Amino acid sequence: MEKIEIKKYTDTGKIDTRSGFGDGLTELGRSNPNVVALCADLVGSLKMQDFIDENPERFFQVGIAEANMMGMAAGLTIGGKIPFAGTFANFATGRVYDQIRQSIAYSGKNVKICASHSGVTLGEDGATHQILEDIGLMKMLPGMTVINTCDYNQTKAATIAIAEHEGPVYLRFGRPKVANFTPEDQKFEIGKAVHLLEGTDVTIVVTGHLVWEAIQAAEKLSENGISAEVINIHTIKPLDEKAILDSVKKTGCVVSAEEHNFLGGLGESVARTLSLNHPAPQEFVATQDTFGESGTPEQLFAKYGLDADAIVKAVKIVIQRKE
Amino acid sequence: MDVNELEDFATQVRRDILRQVHKVNSGHPGGSLGCTEFFTVLYKEILEHNPDFNMDGIGEDLFFLSNGHISPVFYSVLARTGYFPVKELNTFRLIDSRLQGHPTTHEGLPGVRIASGSLGQGMSVALGAAQAKKLNNDKHLVFSLHGDGELQEGQNWEAIMYAAGNGVDNIISTIDYNGQQIDGSTDNVLPMGNLRAKFEAFGWDVLEIKDGNDLEQVAEGLRKAKSRTGKGKPVCVLLHTVMGHGVDFMMHTHAWHGKAPNDEQLEKALAQNPETLGDY
Repeated sequence: MEKIEIKKYTDTGKIDTRSGFGDGLTELGRSNPNVVALCADLVGSLKMQDFIDENPERFFQVGIAEANMMGMAAGLTIGGKIPFAGTFANFATGRVYDQIRQSIAYSGKNVKICASHSGVTLGEDGATHQILEDIGLMKMLPGMTVINTCDYNQTKAATIAIAEHEGPVYLRFGRPKVANFTPEDQKFEIGKAVHLLEGTDVTIVVTGHLVWEAIQAAEKLSENGISAEVINIHTIKPLDEKAILDSVKKTGCVVSAEEHNFLGGLGESVARTLSLNHPAPQEFVATQDTFGESGTPEQLFAKYGLDADAIVKAVKIVIQRKE
Repeated sequence: MDVNELEDFATQVRRDILRQVHKVNSGHPGGSLGCTEFFTVLYKEILEHNPDFNMDGIGEDLFFLSNGHISPVFYSVLARTGYFPVKELNTFRLIDSRLQGHPTTHEGLPGVRIASGSLGQGMSVALGAAQAKKLNNDKHLVFSLHGDGELQEGQNWEAIMYAAGNGVDNIISTIDYNGQQIDGSTDNVLPMGNLRAKFEAFGWDVLEIKDGNDLEQVAEGLRKAKSRTGKGKPVCVLLHTVMGHGVDFMMHTHAWHGKAPNDEQLEKALAQNPETLGDY
């Protein structure tokens, strides 16, 4: 098959998404006096120091006490504050699920849960810290908005955007330095998919760190004459169902890709959308109901089938399944 | 303060508690009855509050109920201090009601600022609200109520450590010290040792109300607690109460923690608490 020309994306320099969060928070500190921040002994990891230096009175160091942090965040909303509570994804969700459920989600509190070190790419610390279930936990909570960003620029824009959104938000980002390729001046719209590449043979619906992998996969596929449409879903809930359906109606099949268990993740939300509206073959690039382990992010992406090669493989399978 | 007037109010609240749980044959009368004097004094004498409810509560004192299962006393007192119509107590625990089994914000019931019922979370929320008051230069106070058994939940001790370590001195957390929980006495279920010493060791200013079912003692104790705010330490009130107070056969036992009286028991209980302000 002949090579297809596709749009090129440029990595402007590898940088971690958590720095996007930290820098977004610093900007919010300057622009919105109601924004306050809390952290459970991970200020350096969450890149919150600049916000703290500029707004010491608006920062609450709670110590290694995530349950208390979530409750305090809920309380701070009473009086008009917009709390950004930061810790690792594992401790921001699974450890404090009931606190989030009762004091934040059910109580309808305007808390922003900011979770770094999500997925396997936190790397060497191993499975105790690598949560692959958090998207599922959070998207099951009524009223919770769930966002997983893909690069520094998008994370920074999302951090700033969620301050304007009334209601609880789960913002998921990570530790490793990854390609930064989305526009610096982007407007982040909650619930709105981003079309990265136009294509006709397959739709790749992708979130988080795997977005750059999906772009690499699309380039590889284009060399073999396969035209992949790449849609970045940064907001898993509420899901931009129209964007997904419009694309799959054109391509006839979909690969979902995420750094998360296939149970409870983006892929399942996509599958539900398709089964209700437009059934189509789907392959899931995700972890297969397993815990992670120690290793470098690259090694873990390869071992757990989350890299560009895994996406290419899934695309070839799903295209075969089209009638 | 007119003690007779408060007595009448408390008696009517007891009737409300009993009638609410009896109607739906569910709910928690024991702890509700034990805290009737506390709620009466808090809402009638202590809290600077505005029944024209606003969630943010800027410029008024706030109250958070952490042990949400004693919702019957909370609802009765909220209704009878003007937050919502008293007749709405008729809807307690019924379908489509704002008076859920445990208090929630979800249905928009005025006076409730946080959902509670899953225990151990209220002190953290109260601390957050207290810190927001400081940021807003709002001199009003934050009050919270917790069960003694509830202190078995570890999150409380995170909050207790935080409050003292950060000098949150605009909060008064009261512990309903009745010595009972669902499975029996706290000493039998999980002995908690010396609560006063524990709070003091964490750095709180602790005072005790020896008879938490005596209106004058409760009022004096809460006034004293208020005078001890703003001095660098969070304030804890150990409120010694009798579960089921005011109904002789419900007292001094955990049996009525989460059990409603039957028709005959209700009649007997109401006879001990004659109507004062008018039933709903």
